[in-house]
Amino acid sequence: MIRMTIAAAALALALPAAALAQAAKPNDAQIAHIAYTAGQIDVAAGRQALAKSHNKKVLDFANEMVRDHTAVNNQALALVKKLGVTPQANPTSAALEKAAKAKQAELAKLSGAAFDKAYAANEVAFHKTVNGALQSTLIPDAQNPELKSLLQTGLKLFTEHQHHAEMLAASLK
Amino acid sequence: MKLGLAAAVVLALAVAGCAKPHQPQTYVVTMADMGYGPTPASVRVGDTIKWVNNDIFQHTATAKDGSFDVDLAPKTSGTTVIDHAGTIDFYCRYHPGMTGRLSVAG
Repeated sequence: MIRMTIAAAALALALPAAALAQAAKPNDAQIAHIAYTAGQIDVAAGRQALAKSHNKKVLDFANEMVRDHTAVNNQALALVKKLGVTPQANPTSAALEKAAKAKQAELAKLSGAAFDKAYAANEVAFHKTVNGALQSTLIPDAQNPELKSLLQTGLKLFTEHQHHAEMLAASLK
Repeated sequence: MKLGLAAAVVLALAVAGCAKPHQPQTYVVTMADMGYGPTPASVRVGDTIKWVNNDIFQHTATAKDGSFDVDLAPKTSGTTVIDHAGTIDFYCRYHPGMTGRLSVAG
């Protein structure tokens, strides 16, 4: 089941097969790294939108992404410090970063309404993927109760953002 | 005897209280963990809602009928004076899944 979900998430993000082969049940240090990376990716995507878009709805949404994901990632940093855990790089977060870089390069070539639509569509897809990973793998596998609780907050946040991204995408059609 | 007097005073105060017009009340509605806390059961026109954002995220309390829109950074609060009766649905503009409802009596 976990393997299936990771495979589905990887497909959605077009992860390389090599990363998949290495995917195993992550430990807390790896989970923290994956969740933090996912947040950073969305902050970077938001900054790109803030630099490129002229649409108020898109700019408002991008500001929200930067603000919320920075807030939750600051909580994550405070928590790992408190727990004495060093987030550990792993194939899943590396694959997430690689896919995000490719998407960022793709979006960089677009402008105007085409950029806005592509950004909104990617935000829907990205939040859906991360929600799936949080629900099926990251939350169930997290051992530390405080980390689990923060991930649950993250899931609520990502679910809200997905909802908002879907509204944004629909309004840009 | 003393007890009788006390009872009479309490009764007189109670009667006076009933006769007085509605004294505006302030009710607190919290925002935490990506949701609103409970809303007061009996709100009347002229009452104040004090919105307290205890969350780590910025939220709004935005009336669907446009009657209020309070935007709150984390760990801040703001107030709304309720100016009309009826059912007022509200939500967070940033996190539209966050919703609540006020039932306001005249």
